[in-house]
Amino acid sequence: MAVEVEDLVKHFGDVHALDGVSFGVEAGTVLGLLGPNGAGKTTAVRILTSIITPDTGTASVLGIDVAEYPESVRLRIGLAGQYAAVDEVLTGRENLRLVGRLCHLPRADAESRAEELLGRFGLSDAGDRSLKTYSGGMRRRLDLAAALVHRPPVLFLDEPTTGLDPGSRLDLWAIIGELVDEGTTVLLTTQYLEEADRLADQIVVIDHGLVIAEGTATELKGRIGSTHIEVVVAAGAADQARAALSTVGPETAPDAPNAIAIQVADGSKAVLDAVRALDAAAIEVEGLAVREPTLDDVFLELTGHAADDIQTAGD
Amino acid sequence: MTMTTVDPAQLARESHKHVGDVARDALTMTWRNLLRLTRNPELMVFSTVQPIIFVLMFRYVFGGAITIPDYPYVDFLMAGVWVQSVTFGALNTGVGLAEDLQAGLIERFRSLPMARSAVLVGRTTADLVRNFFVVAVMTTVGFMVGFNYHTSALALLGALGIVLLFSYALSWLSALLGLMAPNAETAQAAFFPIVAVLVFASAAFVPVQTMPGWLQAFAKNQPVTAVIDAVRALTLGGPTAGKVVSALVWIAGIVAVFAPLSIRRYRKVA
Ligand SMILES: Nc1ncnc2c1ncn2[C@@H]1O[C@H](COP(=O)(O)OP(=O)(O)OP(=O)(O)O)[C@@H](O)[C@H]1O
Ligand SMILES: [Mg+2]
Repeated sequence: MAVEVEDLVKHFGDVHALDGVSFGVEAGTVLGLLGPNGAGKTTAVRILTSIITPDTGTASVLGIDVAEYPESVRLRIGLAGQYAAVDEVLTGRENLRLVGRLCHLPRADAESRAEELLGRFGLSDAGDRSLKTYSGGMRRRLDLAAALVHRPPVLFLDEPTTGLDPGSRLDLWAIIGELVDEGTTVLLTTQYLEEADRLADQIVVIDHGLVIAEGTATELKGRIGSTHIEVVVAAGAADQARAALSTVGPETAPDAPNAIAIQVADGSKAVLDAVRALDAAAIEVEGLAVREPTLDDVFLELTGHAADDIQTAGD
Repeated sequence: MTMTTVDPAQLARESHKHVGDVARDALTMTWRNLLRLTRNPELMVFSTVQPIIFVLMFRYVFGGAITIPDYPYVDFLMAGVWVQSVTFGALNTGVGLAEDLQAGLIERFRSLPMARSAVLVGRTTADLVRNFFVVAVMTTVGFMVGFNYHTSALALLGALGIVLLFSYALSWLSALLGLMAPNAETAQAAFFPIVAVLVFASAAFVPVQTMPGWLQAFAKNQPVTAVIDAVRALTLGGPTAGKVVSALVWIAGIVAVFAPLSIRRYRKVA
């Protein structure tokens, strides 16, 4: 395991930010730490990056205990925190040079590394401009670049794409993908289920400081199980259609009065069965759709609230 | 359990910080803070133009109204203006740290393999460098408007040294407030009344003897007065040694109290 936490507990007064969390990240893979606001994601990242210490429990990176050898851990990790941690007054290049120097790169190396990263993150032209002139997306990219200055084998990304437009998000996903291809181990937190689906090999869902589910995206979707088929028919034909479809699968709550939703195990096979049954009953079909479960469904089911439902998350 | 993939001897080596690295990190942070300063026009103005204005204002506005026995008022005044400027200027240390905290930079620094001391040492050192220039500018302007010392050039340098040491000590008080405040504005608001009382209820601009008795008791026994008395002795003459020692004791005391408190606070802020 490149990253491992065991029974992490961290309380802030009455707030149980982490209440006994364990998980591991296999070397060279991506773990998505998924959870609503206040779930404890950032707290876990801060413990793993040696910024704060847990009340109890252990955290290790590349087999090195974080509490015991924080210096060694810091040499091997990169962190892009939830909020871009960059110096607004300095230029992009100066920011990267500063981090390089603080990672003890010789002056010339810090310079060339800054140049290289600016290029990689599409910031070459903006490299000598103050960050005050950067857009949110540029700032995020610079923040990620700063996390990579000393070529860390393990990377922690706390909500790396929050606040980015879809285009910038795709760009950042591509960059993270490249890093993983180069062998970097990544732990990323996110509230975007699509992001976890897309980037993460393994997903750990936490809520109220507890792990409530873990597995691959496919496994998690499988736990919610059901694929649905939704059939839309002409207004008068609903009852007839309902009867015809009852042989295909149990009915669930439909979205509209003239729609029938049924729960099925195998989407593609059930579609054929449904079409045959409807055809045999000579019912005219206006629409037919297969709905696979999304991670959003999983999330809702597991946590009892939607990923972006801030209201219920804080309690 | 976790499997150690790194040789324990190497871990031990990495845990040990080399003095050279610690010093280099502090220098890097000092460089960064000074670079920021050059990019911040308001702060540049605050740091240089304001002290000049103070010298001129006190020289020409109050200089006519206030007479001091034995010396031209400007010779008496300079000690007050120097100390006043660096005292208010110490605000920068706390504001700078509060801004770094707010920007999440401290969080990043703590995840980097740099010396932990570098953030505070780099900050206070940069402010010391800034104060060096402020004091140099003020002294030059002072000479231009008629300031003169009545001792030796060496004593004058000693006086300026004490002013700078005092500024460094106050930076640590300011650092603590900056690390405790939720934002830069609060740090500023917390620091301002403290230094205003220290500066104005002191010997900075008027002799303490002119104050009501209860205020005299405070004004005579506080660090700004102690430093100003030492600086005056070193520039105007008279008994010096006791005053210098008393100023240095205050300076050492402030550092001894507020540097450890700031460092402790820095370890805890997150
Ligand atoms: N320094 C702190 N002091 C007090 N409470 C804290 C502190 N840090 C975190 N908490 C609390 O701990 C809980 C977990 O916070 P954390 O930041 O880890 O959540 P998160 O999953 O990252 O949430 P978000 O998605 O909003 O970033 C929250 O209730 C938060 O208010
Ligand atoms: Mg968070």
